[in-house]
Amino acid sequence: MVILFLLKNIFYIEFKRKEELGLKIIVCIKQVPDTTSVKMNPETNTLIRDGVVSIINPFDTYAIEEGVRLKEKYGGEIIAISMGPPQVEESLRDALSLGVDNTYLLTDIAFAGADTLATGYTLAAGIKKLGGADIIILGRQAMDGDTGQVGPSVGENLGIPHITNVRKIEQIDEDGTIIVERLLEGGYLRLKTKLPVLLTVVKEINEPRLPTIKAKMLARKKEIVSWDSNSLDIETGRIGLTGSPTQVIKIFTPPKTTKGKIYQGNVKTSVTSFLKDIQNAGIQFIKKEDRMKNGTN
Amino acid sequence: MEPIKVIIDKCIGCELCVKACPYDAIQMINKKAVIDIEKCTLCGACIEPCKFDAIVIYKRSFKGQEVTSYSGICLYAEHRNGRLASVVLEIIGAARKLKEDLNEKISAILLGNGMNPLAEELVSYGVDEVWMIDSPKIGEFAEDVQAELVAEILMEKSPEIFLGGGTIIGRSILPRVAAKLLTGLTADCTELTIDSKNKLLRQTRPAFGGNIMATILCENHRPQMATVRHKVMDEAKKVKSGHKGKIVKFNHIKIPKTKIEVLGFVKEKDITVNLVDADFIVSGGRGLQDPKNFVLIEELARTINGAVGASRAAVDAGWIPYSHQIGLTGRTVKPIVYVACGISGAIQHLAGMKSSDIIVAINNDLNASILDFSQYGIIGDLFEVVPELIKQLKELTGSKK
Repeated sequence: MVILFLLKNIFYIEFKRKEELGLKIIVCIKQVPDTTSVKMNPETNTLIRDGVVSIINPFDTYAIEEGVRLKEKYGGEIIAISMGPPQVEESLRDALSLGVDNTYLLTDIAFAGADTLATGYTLAAGIKKLGGADIIILGRQAMDGDTGQVGPSVGENLGIPHITNVRKIEQIDEDGTIIVERLLEGGYLRLKTKLPVLLTVVKEINEPRLPTIKAKMLARKKEIVSWDSNSLDIETGRIGLTGSPTQVIKIFTPPKTTKGKIYQGNVKTSVTSFLKDIQNAGIQFIKKEDRMKNGTN
Repeated sequence: MEPIKVIIDKCIGCELCVKACPYDAIQMINKKAVIDIEKCTLCGACIEPCKFDAIVIYKRSFKGQEVTSYSGICLYAEHRNGRLASVVLEIIGAARKLKEDLNEKISAILLGNGMNPLAEELVSYGVDEVWMIDSPKIGEFAEDVQAELVAEILMEKSPEIFLGGGTIIGRSILPRVAAKLLTGLTADCTELTIDSKNKLLRQTRPAFGGNIMATILCENHRPQMATVRHKVMDEAKKVKSGHKGKIVKFNHIKIPKTKIEVLGFVKEKDITVNLVDADFIVSGGRGLQDPKNFVLIEELARTINGAVGASRAAVDAGWIPYSHQIGLTGRTVKPIVYVACGISGAIQHLAGMKSSDIIVAINNDLNASILDFSQYGIIGDLFEVVPELIKQLKELTGSKK
């Protein structure tokens, strides 16, 4: 009897919470070439694009998962938005199969060649057209560009604060207060702010689910809304290549250093001669504090 | 942010700007100039007539606009717990090299509370001017406030180049600043040089998982902004005494209230994780075969007073937490000695450790690509080599004592 009462209470609270919060969550995703499959042509020093598969930026899968989990916990709606060529539809469909409700693709030749400044501006324009959001989530960086700059840039364009490298969303209260853990060198910060907020997430935050066959089939039937530059309230000088202050002028393969000394054969003698060599090179394996005291190294 | 503004403290209410404005956009309210942003076209006609430099236009340097009025190399002096972040010394090192080619002064933006000792320190490393706001109102992690203040100072001083650390903080603040100033920002540069022809900043960085390097220019927008990858460039050494620096305070800039409250900082418990500051690092990869075998790596790390790292393969397999991961998607390290055990040397891992002073590879495959980057390679079964190494190292330290 008591248990039943408790259960009822718990369910009641859960139910009530969902009703009250109803978050609007927008996840920004990017389609990237799978860098683990990217190979270089050593003769021409160019990327071999053949056979390279396009995937959702792996970091963004954590953003999607976290958005879906927030929706499951607090209720509401989750939207995925992306900027890119029409084939990005594939990635948005993957997002639908992972639990996203609606997807929007900002696609126009005028968006092409955008650097992080123009991308941040364009994505923010898309989000504004959607009426903004309570929480905007991105992966901490894209696998191809590795800049991590678009998140803060979107935040600035929307005039809302951002928190990068979030490893945990602790709680969201009814008054819109959110507490998160944010990774930092040597530990993490606990931060509190008010919604709306933009977060970029690290992979520690969750373990993304895999889509079910059923979800995949349902995703096939859903509509993906496409918006071109005319659909958005934007200054044309600030999008695509024209709106991008940075230009790549040269691409090259990183130089390799030459092979060093190799020790082979008997393990004991290998280790002995290695230690002798490294000592002769002036290396002493002592603690920083001790070294500073001794003034060596 | 307003594209034009009146520095209230400097305005004396002389009305010269009101007369100069062709668009009737300036009014005097309580003897201070107030600009009606609806009417203002940012033509700049009011700037010159003001004898007190009280009006600042934020130069939105859209393409084709004048960029020659910008001058100097500025850097963001990140600090924590009253100490400059080590990346700052690396940036100063880079800035001093740029100065040789550009012959322009180096300035540093320093924001925080009780900043005088740090300002002196910056000067001792060769910074010519410290642009400082010293106030208890600036929270150590109030990145929104700091981004706003940095943008305001840059607007006022118009440096040609602005550099920040490729740290978590730097990579959070600078994109926000770039979006405020509508200028270009290149992330995580590993090389910065001045183009001998056009004097532009050549910004080189890895992309595509470290498979390629890209050189990037920001031709028509100012400042040219970049974050500098931590632990790649050499730290600046102190300059000889006699170098005089100037400390310029920006007390007239209003400090906004932060929207983000810090509840606390939780230190990583395991000290062997503090990879970024470690002098010696022992890393394990797929070759370890089993999570239990990380004990070996830990023991070797302890023996050489080092920290424990791991390749992405080992982390993805769930053998060790992500905080140990070294590489493009993990941390970048630059220890004195880096020992890679059972790590093949995928580009993604190399990107995080190849600027280590000395790289030692322990691998059973003579063709492993890690050997192309190693000064020393011990070929053999790591389960034999590592214990032998521990044994001999212990004998060595034992004999010394």
